[in-house]
Amino acid sequence: MIGPQEIGTRNGAGRYVLAQATTTARVTEAKGRLRREEVFWAYIFLLPWIIGLVLFIVGPMLFSLGLSFFTYTLGRDYSFAGLDNWIRAFTKDELFWPSVGRTLLYAAVLVPLSVFGALGTAMLLNQRLRFTTFYRTVFFLPHLAPIVAAAYIWLLLLNGTYGLVNELLWQIGLLVQGAGIKGPTWFGDPVWALPSLMAIAFWGAVGGNMMVIFLASLQGIPQELYEVASIDGANAWARFWHVTLPMISPTLFFNFVLACILAIQAFEAAFVATGGGPAYATWLYSLHIYRNTFEFFDMGYGSTLAWILFIVLSAFTYFQFRASRSWVYYAGETRDG
Amino acid sequence: MAEQVARTSRAAAVPSRDLLHPARRLLGRFGLHLIAVLIGALLMLPFYWAVSSSLKQITEVRQIPPIWWPSVAQWHNYADVWRVRFFPSWVWNSVFLTVIATTGTVVSSSLAGYAFARFRFPAKNLLFSVTLATLMLPVYVVLIPNYMLFWQLGWLNTYLPLTLPFWFGTTFSSFYGTGFFIFLFRQFFMTIPLELDEAARIDGASYPRIFWSIMLPLSGPAFATVAIIQGIAQWNSFLPPLIILNRPEAYPLSVGLRYFVVNPGDGLPRDHLLMAAAVIMTLPVILLFFIGQRYFVRGVVMSGIKG
Repeated sequence: MIGPQEIGTRNGAGRYVLAQATTTARVTEAKGRLRREEVFWAYIFLLPWIIGLVLFIVGPMLFSLGLSFFTYTLGRDYSFAGLDNWIRAFTKDELFWPSVGRTLLYAAVLVPLSVFGALGTAMLLNQRLRFTTFYRTVFFLPHLAPIVAAAYIWLLLLNGTYGLVNELLWQIGLLVQGAGIKGPTWFGDPVWALPSLMAIAFWGAVGGNMMVIFLASLQGIPQELYEVASIDGANAWARFWHVTLPMISPTLFFNFVLACILAIQAFEAAFVATGGGPAYATWLYSLHIYRNTFEFFDMGYGSTLAWILFIVLSAFTYFQFRASRSWVYYAGETRDG
Repeated sequence: MAEQVARTSRAAAVPSRDLLHPARRLLGRFGLHLIAVLIGALLMLPFYWAVSSSLKQITEVRQIPPIWWPSVAQWHNYADVWRVRFFPSWVWNSVFLTVIATTGTVVSSSLAGYAFARFRFPAKNLLFSVTLATLMLPVYVVLIPNYMLFWQLGWLNTYLPLTLPFWFGTTFSSFYGTGFFIFLFRQFFMTIPLELDEAARIDGASYPRIFWSIMLPLSGPAFATVAIIQGIAQWNSFLPPLIILNRPEAYPLSVGLRYFVVNPGDGLPRDHLLMAAAVIMTLPVILLFFIGQRYFVRGVVMSGIKG
């Protein structure tokens, strides 16, 4: 992402050239006044955001961290609980570990599929075909569909008895092997419910933001690199492996991290389409938080669950950044070894 | 001159391979188009199914085997949706919330972006890192305590929690946190020549005046980008209204859709109306995207720059 070193580099350069030309005390004083004025106005402009940050982000976060050590149901009395909530999550809550595992499985399947799927569509659009803009728009539209609407559309498509997908499966079976394939009930089937949710997310992701970002990144690769590689006898696969992949590795990393963060928090489709069922087959971690917090109003325990998610996500992101040093290549960056 | 020659020879080096096989090249192009059309068709299929189902009778929606297009398109389904209890209010509520929240985001994040682009002040680097860190925040860590705050203030079941925080540079549960919008404005403002500010300063213009008379008129694309991205995100926003509101007439469309599954009166299914409502909800987003596609795509690309 953006390193702090490049912050404000454009600022100030040449701004006080006049003042620097002379060094009389009066000018210095005027400079100080200007400087104070600048700082004053900077904070005025930042004020709404800073108020929001304290009131709606940092303050509440600290509050919820504190709350995780209390037993508190909305509208009742607080009682200090020490580590009870945390212990409860890890040892007593029977839905906790299964929901963690399910969420990780969801992310582990969905993220590589959608990241490399989006890379694939981006590479297709990067072939300088005619109608590329049209294709890009068409590929992007699913990403815009409100997830609630998408969930209902997919519920209909994947219906076990009158859904289009099962009908197509049946026809394909007839065509290929002479006997229809009987599709599962998808959202109603404990085995297929989670993959069905993945399908909704994949549908929205394969041509979405990630594809657009990949495409911009691919277009930024100097054509010369491919030409040189071709002269050296590299085939398409070698060009992809030795030129494309290293050159887009920062984008790949960015998309990967963001896709992980989003997948681990997936909520809406599961909430609308399955409500966590059948038999808890789609009971993702965010549903677990939602149930405890906004249905049971167990705010203390909900905060604990939210903070576990926060800590895990932060650690995860941190390690991804650490690991990225060995595989992400930033052009223009010098590296030893 | 030498550069010119080098470039032409180098450019010729690669295509020549392809030129030897014009037929194969044509076939390759054709194949790529075929793949693109196939992917596009697959991705469009759910939209097609939604539109086609929205024009069926309920018996046709549940017909086995399913039919691709209704025998008679039931256009009146769309009129019927509007007569569903509260539906017009849901649409209006969605429009209202989207406009107020988006305007708030645009105002607050453009002001902060201006400060980060043009001013030197203490703790600047720290604060800027914070804007970026908020991008990584999981929703629930802020949502739960905020819910309690709003409950304490008696703001539950009002639109205040769904609008006011946006005027203070906060957004809940959206892929693009406000940090991203501040960053986007900062990047854009930094491309405006500093000389303009200096000239204005010498003429005695104050900082707010510079923002209003120089930054604002020159930053149309940045404002359009943020407005479109946040507008779409807010229109689609689901979790915050779900937990804040519990009176059906106050719902936005995203939450209201959940009340379509069965008819409250007779408990009969009404998938056809649900699909019509889904189409009605999706249409403005797609429209907005088409209007501002250029800006939208640039904004998305900016979110990924620097990797």
